[in-house]
Amino acid sequence: MNEILRVNLLSPIALAFVLGVVARVIRSEFSLPKEIYQGLSIYLLWSLGLHGGVELAHATFAEIARPAGVTLLIGCITPISAYLTLRYLGRFGEADSAGIAAHYGSVSAVTFIAASTFVKGMGAEPEGFMPTLLTLLESPGIHIALAIGVMRRGQKSRPTSELLHEVLTGRTMVLLVGGLIVGFLIGDKNWKVIEPFYDTKGAIFRGALCIFMLEMGLLAGARLGDLKKVGPFLLAFGMIMPLVHGALGAWLGSLAGLSVGGATMLGAMAASASYIAAPPAVRMTLPDANPTYYLTLALAITFPFNVLVGIPIYYKLALMAHGVA
Amino acid sequence: MNSTPLKMVVIVAEPVLETRLVTELRGLGAKGFSIVEGRGEGTRHAHATDLPGSNVRIETIVREDVADRIMEHVSQHYFANYSFIAYVTDVAVARGEKYI
Repeated sequence: MNEILRVNLLSPIALAFVLGVVARVIRSEFSLPKEIYQGLSIYLLWSLGLHGGVELAHATFAEIARPAGVTLLIGCITPISAYLTLRYLGRFGEADSAGIAAHYGSVSAVTFIAASTFVKGMGAEPEGFMPTLLTLLESPGIHIALAIGVMRRGQKSRPTSELLHEVLTGRTMVLLVGGLIVGFLIGDKNWKVIEPFYDTKGAIFRGALCIFMLEMGLLAGARLGDLKKVGPFLLAFGMIMPLVHGALGAWLGSLAGLSVGGATMLGAMAASASYIAAPPAVRMTLPDANPTYYLTLALAITFPFNVLVGIPIYYKLALMAHGVA
Repeated sequence: MNSTPLKMVVIVAEPVLETRLVTELRGLGAKGFSIVEGRGEGTRHAHATDLPGSNVRIETIVREDVADRIMEHVSQHYFANYSFIAYVTDVAVARGEKYI
């Protein structure tokens, strides 16, 4: 386990993230121009979708049905477990509990990419249809958690159609789902032409991810000051909840027939907290939930925890679930 | 040149509110608006505006009664929970008929 952790902590992705945090802590003038950050995120998501779509064309329905089923199940369980923990163990209010739960019910695409790079580096090639599972997990958790929040407080909600539109037409969904469809349709011959640029195992993709991680480090570093405000319960929640969800994902993934690499990635997806799709949805639907709580948790606690420590742990758990370790 | 005295409502708000505000302004009688993005910080500090995107500053030139309706509406719906500024100033515009 120590060796796996060491390999992960010394990966360019992890170290780029750490450098970003350090740059913010020492108040460096370095920042990534917004356009580059957005451009890179478009490239990463679009590549993920395209490559996933190409691989999806090779998968049979029988192969993907059970993993898709457990992914949806996880999408329903994680917002509820997060909500119950916060509400009844942490004694947080309805809005804060549901708002944070929406983040933990949804998924962080960057954590997914980091997990994918990690397992491929460990030689545990995941199933090609994993990006399909990512899109399945993106939205249900947000809706379930927001629905709990709105119902429990008896407030007048925004129209469901408006919320659905917002979450389903966000950048992540359009690029991922669109990429999956395009990749599925183009066939291997066309893919070969663009593969060097979009290959998610290739040098360009991984290099771009390193630059992106610098910005993630800056974002997380900017929130370090808020760690004091969130208090010890949420600090612990931000690390223990991912472990519970990650273990669940790795275990259920293995049960559903995913390989060690695939189960690790499902673990990382279940463990991750969204910071792109969830924050605006929560801000609009549960405006009295405190953004400092959910943004700090997702960006400054759970994201680094997963990237630095969590993913190797889910890998180890997936190995155990497969009876290999 | 003849100018018409009107009111300009200026709203500075979190980016997530942009689409909703624009729809509501139209509904309350505004004929048009300008939006610019910007940075800043207030009593809530930076937290809410750390969501993707920058603050938006929405300006609309309207009749006085429309300005009153807008101020009434935003004070009811947004002041409690969002980083939000709204104010009204007097303006004198050319081609006043465009705004009323």
